[in-house]
Amino acid sequence: MSEAILQVEDLHIWFDLDEGELHAVQGVSFELEPGERMGLVGESGCGKTTTILAVMGLLPANASVAGRVLFNGEDILEEGENTVAPHRWKDIAMVFQGAMNAFNPVKRIGDQIAEPMELHGTARGRQAKGRVGDLLELVGIPGSRADRYPHEFSGGMRQRAAIAMALACGPKILLADEPTTALDVMVQAQILELLVGLTEELGLALVFVTHDLPVVAQTCGRAAVMYAGRIAEEGATADLYHDARHPYTRLLFAATPDLHGKEKIISIPGSPPRLDRVITGCPFQPRCDRAFAPCPTVTPRTVSVAERHVAACHLNEVPAERLGGAGATGAR
Amino acid sequence: MSSGPPLLEVENLVTHYRLGRGFLGTITRKPESSVHALDGVSFTVHSGELLALVGESGCGKTTTAQTIVRMIEPNSGRILFKGKDITRLSAGEMRPLRREIQLVYQDPYESLDPRFRVRDTIEEPLAIHGVDVAGDGRQQILSALERAGLSPPELYIDRYPHELSGGQRQRVAIAASLVLNPALLVADEPVSMLDVSVRAGILDLLAGLRRSGLGILMITHDLSTAAHYADRIAVMYLGRIVELGPAVDVVRNPQHPYTRALISVVPSRDPLARARPQLLEGETPNPTDIPPGCRFAPRCPMVEERCKSIDPELRPVGEAHEAACILVGGSQRPIAERAPRTRRDETEKRGA
Ligand SMILES: Nc1ncnc2c1ncn2[C@@H]1O[C@H](COP(=O)(O)OP(=O)(O)OP(=O)(O)O)[C@@H](O)[C@H]1O
Ligand SMILES: Nc1ncnc2c1ncn2[C@@H]1O[C@H](COP(=O)(O)OP(=O)(O)OP(=O)(O)O)[C@@H](O)[C@H]1O
Ligand SMILES: [Mg+2]
Ligand SMILES: [Mg+2]
Repeated sequence: MSEAILQVEDLHIWFDLDEGELHAVQGVSFELEPGERMGLVGESGCGKTTTILAVMGLLPANASVAGRVLFNGEDILEEGENTVAPHRWKDIAMVFQGAMNAFNPVKRIGDQIAEPMELHGTARGRQAKGRVGDLLELVGIPGSRADRYPHEFSGGMRQRAAIAMALACGPKILLADEPTTALDVMVQAQILELLVGLTEELGLALVFVTHDLPVVAQTCGRAAVMYAGRIAEEGATADLYHDARHPYTRLLFAATPDLHGKEKIISIPGSPPRLDRVITGCPFQPRCDRAFAPCPTVTPRTVSVAERHVAACHLNEVPAERLGGAGATGAR
Repeated sequence: MSSGPPLLEVENLVTHYRLGRGFLGTITRKPESSVHALDGVSFTVHSGELLALVGESGCGKTTTAQTIVRMIEPNSGRILFKGKDITRLSAGEMRPLRREIQLVYQDPYESLDPRFRVRDTIEEPLAIHGVDVAGDGRQQILSALERAGLSPPELYIDRYPHELSGGQRQRVAIAASLVLNPALLVADEPVSMLDVSVRAGILDLLAGLRRSGLGILMITHDLSTAAHYADRIAVMYLGRIVELGPAVDVVRNPQHPYTRALISVVPSRDPLARARPQLLEGETPNPTDIPPGCRFAPRCPMVEERCKSIDPELRPVGEAHEAACILVGGSQRPIAERAPRTRRDETEKRGA
């Protein structure tokens, strides 16, 4: 097993609001290896975007952070902007949520892709121009289209251009925030193929942020399932589906229709807790179908349940017979 | 299914949006162009049936819905409701029918007025149709809330939208459309704005209403949702229905090359069930200039020379199953079902 290229350790993020404080990320830890594709999944508001914005050092001014983010072992958040800026775009890059709709409508696509390079002095003028052409080709757009304007590109092409822009300074980690969410299923398939191809060709590590479980199931070897600012469970995607160790993971899969699945689709009653109030016990407990004595009062620890498989659920810490044998918390 | 005419019949519906010529166009006398949003759409919805209309962005799903409820005037074609031609009825003549045909919008955050309590939202259609909201109406309001799964209704009736979750808001919107006891519900992407954990509740609600006799046209871009909840699926491409049939048949045995490609790229939630996605090149062409012959020909992996001149119509390819492709039908072999790999296969592969 190779060394982690990215380690996030006990990350906390608070947003200052007029009425108080919102604890958006409540102790998130994960590791990413070079060239690995990892999914970060969960429903709206669980803290996915906030987590990866912290890794980029791009949180808004009303946010405060605790915890560590290590790039190749170096803590890049230690001294704020001073320590993170040298790595931003050069080592760690991001495709923002909705990036394909965020291009400046009156500037040529190619010039916009060249911006980060010029900003970082990685290339200038002619050299930058040549690199823009190469980048466009890399993401499957003819280099000659660099002088087109955003409205002359289809949605799928704008998403490709947004990916090209993130790759401009040759990063080793790409954080992609909902890169396929607004796209049709056929264009989504094309973008997924591109992202998988890029990780394989360039050895790029990918954090794939999405609320779409099937997309992660088909593109990532590993995933972390987030709920209310915490990671409920993390492990190989196959294990999350076939051997879930957190009821939220199991229920989330069960709520997701599958084209060829025949099981009844369920919904999870209730809604996620407010993050501007202190959460006691397990955050998922009010909606959980397996809650028992400790859940409302005791915060579950994140424990290793198998090799490279962790979960934060009390069920994993009680003797098996109490639950009626092994697999009682499983996906089915 | 009762005898007599279907609840809704749509025949060869054509709806174009006119685009201005723009300044240059005007001085050069360029002909005005138009978006051929619907270019000959035909289907039926029966009472007690849920028909899903699926297709990619811009294929004409919303235009279909809005044309049916007469928010948009079609250029040609006919809309029959309970056997009666409603295509050219005036607003006054449509009025009594508005009670029977209801539209549910995609976005529960926008479709509810933030200043209206749940009660007001649901009373509004009653008041418009002259129902006494204090007398008979009150019972109708409570029962609509109940049918929409907001129970006990007293708990919700005085709340404002911001005091409800997304799923509850969509339930209120559905309650408002049920309060007049419609016969047909047209739901345009009713769950796409909702978190996956609450979608099933709304979809089960629609499925239940269908079982109690409502006809439902549900628009969705999500084939997996259609597969789970619809009785029949209609697949749209560039202003036309290219395949129509029982949901199981369309999903398990798709005939039109477009449907086949679409089905092949829907990701499975099971990481071990890897499909062989059949990617189509490029994106759907612009509906201002629809290619001659088969509109799918330019992207079709099976295309033959004659496809470029023949504009295919829907024709039978199976039991109650139709496709608009001259290359398929009759004795077509079913394409292989996606075979889920077992965990053992995966372990062996990893070990290898
Ligand atoms: N700038 C901000 N100020 C205050 N609160 C914020 C801010 N940004 C995000 N939040 C809150 O932090 C929480 C996490 O938000 P975040 O955007 O990370 O969620 P997400 O998982 O990316 O959701 P989505 O799937 O909707 O994109 C939410 O409760 C959100 O309302
Ligand atoms: N008011 C309008 N004026 C001009 N063109 C329009 C108008 N409304 C829709 N169109 C065009 O008509 C075509 C069909 O649009 P429609 O909204 O029916 O598609 P849709 O299938 O509902 O798409 P989506 O999945 O994105 O909602 C598209 O090309 C669209 O750009
Ligand atoms: Mg987000
Ligand atoms: Mg639409």
